[in-house]
Amino acid sequence: MIARWAVASLFFACLIGLWQLAVKAQIWSPLLLPSPSSVFIYLWSAVEDGTLWEATLVTVQRLLIGYGLGIFIGLPLGLLTASFRWSQDTIGVLALGLQTLPSVCWVPLALLWFGQTESAMLFVVVMGTLWSLIIATDTGVRTIPPIYSRAARSMGSSGFHTWTHVILPAALPFLLSGMKQGWAFAWRSLMAAEIYVTILTGFGLGHLLHYGRELSAMDQVIGVMLVIVMIGLAVDKTLFAPVERFLHRRWGTARG
Amino acid sequence: MQPVASSTDAVLSKLVLEHVSKWFQTSSLHVQALDDVTLRIAEGEFVCLVGPSGCGKSTLLNLIAGLDRADRGTVQADGQTISGPGPHRLMMFQEAALFPWLTVLGNVLFGLKLVKGLSASERREKAEYFLELVGLKRFMHSNVYELSGGMRQRVALARSLAPNPSVLLMDEPFGALDALTREQLYGDIQRIWSQHRKTIVFVTHNVREAVCLGDRVILFSPNPGRIREEFSIPLPRPRDINSVDLARYSTEITRVLKGYVQNEVAG
Repeated sequence: MIARWAVASLFFACLIGLWQLAVKAQIWSPLLLPSPSSVFIYLWSAVEDGTLWEATLVTVQRLLIGYGLGIFIGLPLGLLTASFRWSQDTIGVLALGLQTLPSVCWVPLALLWFGQTESAMLFVVVMGTLWSLIIATDTGVRTIPPIYSRAARSMGSSGFHTWTHVILPAALPFLLSGMKQGWAFAWRSLMAAEIYVTILTGFGLGHLLHYGRELSAMDQVIGVMLVIVMIGLAVDKTLFAPVERFLHRRWGTARG
Repeated sequence: MQPVASSTDAVLSKLVLEHVSKWFQTSSLHVQALDDVTLRIAEGEFVCLVGPSGCGKSTLLNLIAGLDRADRGTVQADGQTISGPGPHRLMMFQEAALFPWLTVLGNVLFGLKLVKGLSASERREKAEYFLELVGLKRFMHSNVYELSGGMRQRVALARSLAPNPSVLLMDEPFGALDALTREQLYGDIQRIWSQHRKTIVFVTHNVREAVCLGDRVILFSPNPGRIREEFSIPLPRPRDINSVDLARYSTEITRVLKGYVQNEVAG
C-alpha cells in the first residue's frame, strides 16, 4: 500500500519536474506556459480571497441538483427499458441515440430555450447525464444471472416482490457502476455549460476557467483545470470506488 | 437387479407425469426436449434421473417445479395439475443460487417469509433449525462470498428445506463440488431424507451418485429426451458411495447407458 503511494507520488513529482524543466528551457513564452510555482501562487491567492471556495461551492451545488435529477429520472427509465420489450424499443432506442450526442451540443438549444439562466445550465447537465444513465441501468439489470429470479420464483416469489427483493438488489453493483458513469458525464456537461452559459446568479469553476482565458491568465486556466481534475478524482476515489469494491466483492461479481 | 416395468401404485403417487412432451423454439432450431415421458413418483420416494446432457432431465424438473409448462401431456402433484411454482415443490440448482446481498440466515429466511401464517420468531426458529441440520448454524451471520462451494450448497439445501416442501427437486446440486465435499453431502442428504421423508427428484449425470442416493434410478436418452429404463436399488441405507455392492449396480447401469449413447452417435 505504501509502495503504491510512493510510486504514484514519484510519478506526479516527475511530471511537475518535467513541467518545470520545460518552463526553464523557455521554449514557450511564460504567458503560454506559466511555471508550476506561479500556478500554485494563483491557487493559494484564490483560496485566500475565497473565490475558489465560492466557485467550487456553486459548481458542486449545480452538479448535485443536476445529477440528482438525472438519477431520479434515469434510474426508473432504465429499469423500465430492461423490463419491457415496448419500452426497450422506444425509450431504449431514444436513449441510445441521444447518448452519442456530446453534451456541449445541448448548449445552443438550452440557451435559446432558457436564455442565460440557471435552468439552461441544469438542462445541459440533465441531458448529459440522463441517457447514459438509462443505458447503464438497462445493461446492469440485463446482466443479472437468471438463476436468481428462477430460484426466487421456485420459492413462490413473483411480480413486485421479485422486483424489490431480487432484481433490484441483484442489480445494485451494476446500478452503481452506471451512477458512477453518470457522475462523470454530469461533471463534463456542467463544465461545458458553465463555460458557455454566462449568468450572474452564480460564478462556478467553469466561469473561472472562462475568465482566465478572457484575461489571458494562464496560471488561472491551468490552476482551475487542476482543481476540476482533483474534484473528479477525489469523488471517484473516496465515494464511488470503495462502495463499488465492496459491492462487487460481496456480490461475487468482482472482475479480474 | 431387474429393470422395473411399473413401479408404484397410482393411488400413492405424489407426482404423476403422463405422456409429457416439450419443445423448445429458438430462432434457428425447433428442438424436442422431452418425448412422451410417463413417470410416477411415490410419496417419500427418492428418485434419480440419469442421462447424458441434453436428455431433458432439467426440463422435466422445471415442469414439476412449475417454472415451465408441458406442451403435451399432464403433470400432476397430489392429483392436481401443476399450474405454477409453489412452496410445496422447491428447486435446488446446480450453482448455489444463493442471494449474495443477504446473509446465510437471510437466505434461509427468504423462502420462509413467503410462507403465510408464520410469525417472525417461528421463521427464525425454523431457519436456525435447518442451518443446524446442515451443520452451518455458526455461520448464520456470514456473507455468501465467505463460504466454500460445499457450504454454499448446504445453505441452499437448508433454504430449500426450510419452507417444508413435500417435494424437493435437485438439479445436479453437487456437480460443481470436489469429490470429498460431495461424499460428505451424500451422507448429509441421506440422513436428512431419512429424518424428514421428502419426496426427492434428483437429476445427475453421475451414475454412482444416483445409485448411492436413489430408491429408483431412471435412465434417459437424449434427442429427444425419453425414459429408457428404470432400475430399483434395494440396497440398505445409509449407503457408502465406495461400497462394492453399490459399484455392481452402477457398473451395470453405466453399461446400459453407454449402449444408448453409442447407438445415438452411430444412428
